[in-house]
Amino acid sequence: MAERVVTAAGVTAEPSEVAEAIKEAFIAACIALILFIAIVGIKTENAQEGLILVYRLGWAIGLAAAIGVLRLVFDLFVWRRVLSRTSAGSALPSTGLKSALAIAIGIIYLIGALFFLVPGAQSGATDLVAGPFAGTSWQDGVETFMDLAGVVFLAVFVLVTAMAAVLAVRRIWRSIASSQAAVAGPTLTPSSLLDHLTAQFAPALLAVAVILPILVAGPQQRYALDTAIQVLTYIMLGWGLNIVVGLAGLLDLGYVAFYAVGAYSYALIATEFGWSFWVCLPLAGMFAALWGIILGFPVLRLRGDYLAIVTLAFGEIIRIVLLNWYSLTNGPDGISRIPKITFFGLNFARYGEGTKFHEFFGLEYSAIYRIIFLYYVILLLALMVNFVSHRLRRLPIGRAWEAMREDEIACRSLGINITITKLTAFAIGAMFGGFAGSFFATRQGFISPESFTFQESALVLAIVVLGGLGSQIGVVIAAVVLLGSSEFFRELSEYRMLIFGASMVTIMVWRPRGLIASRAPTVVLKERKAISGDLVREGAG
Amino acid sequence: MTQDGTTQDTAPILQVDHLTMRFGGLVAVDDLSFSARRSEITAIIGPNGAGKTTVFNCLTGFYKPTEGMIALHHPRYDEPFLLERMEEHQISEHASVARTFQNIRLFGGMTVLENLLVAQHNVLRRASFYSIAGLLGLERFKRAEAEAIDFASYWLEKLRLIDRADDAAGDLPYGAQRRLEIARCMCTRPALLCLDEPAAGLNRRESAELNETLSWIKQEHGTSILLIEHDMGVVMGISDHIVVLDYGCKISDGTPEFVRNDPTVIAAYLGVEEEEVKQVEAEVGR
Repeated sequence: MAERVVTAAGVTAEPSEVAEAIKEAFIAACIALILFIAIVGIKTENAQEGLILVYRLGWAIGLAAAIGVLRLVFDLFVWRRVLSRTSAGSALPSTGLKSALAIAIGIIYLIGALFFLVPGAQSGATDLVAGPFAGTSWQDGVETFMDLAGVVFLAVFVLVTAMAAVLAVRRIWRSIASSQAAVAGPTLTPSSLLDHLTAQFAPALLAVAVILPILVAGPQQRYALDTAIQVLTYIMLGWGLNIVVGLAGLLDLGYVAFYAVGAYSYALIATEFGWSFWVCLPLAGMFAALWGIILGFPVLRLRGDYLAIVTLAFGEIIRIVLLNWYSLTNGPDGISRIPKITFFGLNFARYGEGTKFHEFFGLEYSAIYRIIFLYYVILLLALMVNFVSHRLRRLPIGRAWEAMREDEIACRSLGINITITKLTAFAIGAMFGGFAGSFFATRQGFISPESFTFQESALVLAIVVLGGLGSQIGVVIAAVVLLGSSEFFRELSEYRMLIFGASMVTIMVWRPRGLIASRAPTVVLKERKAISGDLVREGAG
Repeated sequence: MTQDGTTQDTAPILQVDHLTMRFGGLVAVDDLSFSARRSEITAIIGPNGAGKTTVFNCLTGFYKPTEGMIALHHPRYDEPFLLERMEEHQISEHASVARTFQNIRLFGGMTVLENLLVAQHNVLRRASFYSIAGLLGLERFKRAEAEAIDFASYWLEKLRLIDRADDAAGDLPYGAQRRLEIARCMCTRPALLCLDEPAAGLNRRESAELNETLSWIKQEHGTSILLIEHDMGVVMGISDHIVVLDYGCKISDGTPEFVRNDPTVIAAYLGVEEEEVKQVEAEVGR
């Protein structure tokens, strides 16, 4: 069938090429199947008797098949040159051996995954092993052992599949790069591939984000939306910190301070004056920006480790002040009964004063409306932050930030005022943190200094670094991976921190410059070329 | 101050009077006075450690001189700028002094074109109305940016970098990086261009091209150039006026012809033939 399509497209294809493509597609489908069995094939659902497992193997197989077909199409049409090159030349002599190995490993994993992830099989095995000791304490021991083995296996399984995926992507990448070097002409270059990714992946992601509340409709909607709100909050924080760390190159370990300032500003203004969220939001942002400038002044002349230490201390100072300034912040007891967000004056409560959202629209009361609205608010805020920082990067101030990261002395010789440049970076980064903070306060309804520990700063910084300094889409991917994985493995309780740590170490070993290491130029004369991360400096801070 | 061997007498663009720079006990520049004339190439030469780069750093505001006055007579203003009192970013923005660095300082992770747009920061910043017009995407900013790109393209064309405009500056070969640094300076529309060893590391052909470029900039744009250089081919070939430093003091000042034959310079800097040592020493008066 593939051959027919090829000839129909008017391109002559070697039979070996088609065979190669089919083989590649089969491997891709196998890898996809392994992944999808874990992600799509098995699902836990709330039932009356507790959590039950639902099998959707048909879905998993269907998706895997779709991936295989997609890969085949890509191989035959988009990456055809690449394939012909690798199969004709002696670039990869042991391809057959490697793919055989890959298939073998894949099958082992498939069996293993089925065995450990399908509870029936596992308990069967447990019975088999523990059978002779039924009714004794031995049985418990064996069960615990099997559980532990399952967790370890799961961790290894996830790591190895992630490894395989990364290797596959790298291999494709490299083959594209080599083809680009060898063939002059209209072919897919790494930089244009990056463009494709950012130009097509980002809108797709946005589309999914917009229809997410519908996508997750069902018993899990509340949980899914709460997670999504959480992830979006961190994406927003990541984008804010990205301005300071990624663009301006100033390492800020106390970013949570601005999050806290935003949250407390909103909480205090809203509880004291009863102003609405939309009035308090810009105020909270402005307060945070002011604190950004206040932090900026003393650290103007600091570089590297010293800057990191002072920003870290600043974060702690803010938290300790919040903890001890009892008369204003209510100390460790925090601020409760922060007004909930309203829909243009309509509140989401079931009873009480004021016009209710569900009454106004004639709907049955449901708590989910507020969650959905919150979701769209944070989505909107995050998009605004993204838009502004995207625009700022292309403005003189944004270029000055990046130039400052590259070489501060050269900047000064070109008439750039370093003081203003640094302070605006701190202020704008802080303002976005403040917006996120006030959203956090209105969502939670209760805040206390406990929410603003160094842990949060470290997590946001991890998202920025993992995503690739300066990369907007990288922050999204990193936030989804970090927070999503820790949600995904929630059942494993503390073991998930192992996975969290292992995956972070793994990513940093493979991609020391973060997931999206290359830098996109802000202005183009003729042809857009991505800049390798090796050339981009990390800044003095 | 004597102007030994000079023939022309145009208005000075830069006047350095009694400049002294001390670092603790070390006197890097000692009571130095010289002037550079408008639309001329003035070279500062001297052995390593003579204090040339220190003079540059004082001129461009990176060091605050211990004593002395540095006056820049900008052609467009009546009053001179007193550079020793200005911040380095003001020196570039208002007094229009641009400089390059001995060890190239480009924004390596940014493209060649971006480097030149960073150099036009202040023009664009005003056009973007402190980022507000830019954020809103107003026509006014877009026009200014298009003009800035045109201006950058002009200099890229002139310095033969236009084909690499979208490449990372850090990816360019050494000679091209040197040229880009000059292009970046010229994008700030300087009245005085200070070049710190622009020919260092260039091969013979490249330094010949550099000579042409600098002479062209001087003639076509009327930019005054101040040059630190060890490459005598460059210095003697294009300089209108040379100042020689040794141990922070000026030992000679005049046309290339004059300096070339000045025994003090020969003794202190260029070195002398074995048999001439006595004669030179007698002349110098040791």
